[in-house]
Amino acid sequence: MIYDVDNETLPREDLEKLQLKRLKNLCERVYNNVPFYRKRFDELGIKPADIKSLEDVRHLPFTEKQDLRNQYPFGMFAVSRDNIVRIHSSSGTTGKATVVGYTKRDIENWGHLMARCFVAAGATSKDMIHNAYGYGLFTGGLGAHYGGETLGAAMVPVSGGATRRQVMLLKDFAPTVICCTPSYSLFLAETAEEMGIDIRELPLKIGILGAEPWTEEMRKDIEKRLGITAIDIYGLSEIMGPGVGIECHEAQDGLHMMEDHFLVEIIDPASGEPLPPGETGELVITTLTKEAIPLIRYRTRDLTSLNVTPCKCGRTTARMQRVTGRSDDMLIIRGVNVFPSQIESILIETEGLTPHYQLIIERQGNMDTLTVNVEVTEGMFSDEIKNLQRLESKVQKNIKEFLGVTARVKLVEPKGIERSVGKAKRIIDKRND
Amino acid sequence: MKVDQLSIFLENRAGRLAEVTRILNEAGVNIRALSLADTSDFGILRLIVSDFETAKTKLKENGFTVGRTAVVAVEVKDEPGGLHAILSMLQEADINVEYMYAFVTQSGDSAVLIFRFDRTDQGIEMLQKNGFTIIPGEKLYTL
Repeated sequence: MIYDVDNETLPREDLEKLQLKRLKNLCERVYNNVPFYRKRFDELGIKPADIKSLEDVRHLPFTEKQDLRNQYPFGMFAVSRDNIVRIHSSSGTTGKATVVGYTKRDIENWGHLMARCFVAAGATSKDMIHNAYGYGLFTGGLGAHYGGETLGAAMVPVSGGATRRQVMLLKDFAPTVICCTPSYSLFLAETAEEMGIDIRELPLKIGILGAEPWTEEMRKDIEKRLGITAIDIYGLSEIMGPGVGIECHEAQDGLHMMEDHFLVEIIDPASGEPLPPGETGELVITTLTKEAIPLIRYRTRDLTSLNVTPCKCGRTTARMQRVTGRSDDMLIIRGVNVFPSQIESILIETEGLTPHYQLIIERQGNMDTLTVNVEVTEGMFSDEIKNLQRLESKVQKNIKEFLGVTARVKLVEPKGIERSVGKAKRIIDKRND
Repeated sequence: MKVDQLSIFLENRAGRLAEVTRILNEAGVNIRALSLADTSDFGILRLIVSDFETAKTKLKENGFTVGRTAVVAVEVKDEPGGLHAILSMLQEADINVEYMYAFVTQSGDSAVLIFRFDRTDQGIEMLQKNGFTIIPGEKLYTL
């Protein structure tokens, strides 16, 4: 089933026409109403009228999270305060909070897009939806709530916490759909088990899970332990909240992006240049219809790729692959993108161990050099030199094979790598020293 | 018949070896024999000590990666051909020596050879069959 057949199955050509019309209108609005953008446009020597095709989007400036922080609280708003009907905000744990606002129409659009998501996930107006996303300044709870009501489903606004009570409600109310984070769904299953309730026996059939990264393995685990179809949903408060993209239950293969409302691009995080479909890079989103806080080329920092081939569900929208990491963590070594997590996987696969490790990047002449320091644990230690050298070269070979980077692998003594409070300092980049 | 050898991973940087000897000294552990194998980045220090468990515990407490290896100690006369007699016998038995080191006893008339074989049990068997004197651990630790 498709909630908004007209817009979700638009032929690509018609979709792009619509996007261009909306992009032009967007540029006019931000140029005239947001001093921040007027200044950016002027610095780049761009006028809204210069946007003549969708490709011209690449001439527009990027917007970063820091820009929203700098404009705290309302500097990015494009409408007067009278027209704002809702405010949401991030928690501000990693810096100053980012504040977003919504007009009445923004809220309506959001509800509509979330309704599309519920239907894509396999829900209908006859379903009862247990919404365990947090209500409050966080966008998850109210975003899903309005979407479910727009669809005409019955919303149960449980919000987060009180897990035993949630299990009781799942049993007593018998909802058919649940919205929560993937990890919380597993926690619910564990709690139910402790309470002697088999969650798989309940009528629950669909989980709409998001707000944190998860893997295909975790999906299989969730589906087995809860007896549901687990659907991945994507969103971010700066853009709207949940509902920017969702998997369809027919394919469960990539998240359909709401392209009539959001122009999506994939860029090389280092150069900022656009990348073609299929290539992995950073997701950049331009809000085409938002009134209160329209954003131009917002850098999400999420790394993924787009698939524009038609989906078997009938939707024509581009599908985003599961987010694999964040560009903030990415290292570029001799032009190759390297994530610490990739090195970690190689170390685990090489010896079946999770050693402490550290990446040191230096510049010798014009060349970047990567040294991977691996702490020798008793499990991998040998009294014979050749065994340790074999281990070094095996790790080196695997890094070369999987990442295409030649690294110097060096075994070091335990505590050779500094233990900071909590998180280990994995990366020492000396190139800018 | 086997002897416990302590193997210690060491980074090649100044003071690491002295750190090991300091810890052993403070623990009252005597070193009976040692060998150090090294590469440009790291080394492996191999020790036979008077008190294996104490040495191992103290080194681990100080953050060293240590291992236990079963080696074989053989006594030979301290005269030309002593080592060769053993090696030619091992060669015929097709037993590979991974590494070895030696020291001369205090009395001065015999030498002790420490062997790490690829097949330890067969090595011991061959040595015994050919009449060589194997020194058991307990004796070597207090020699």
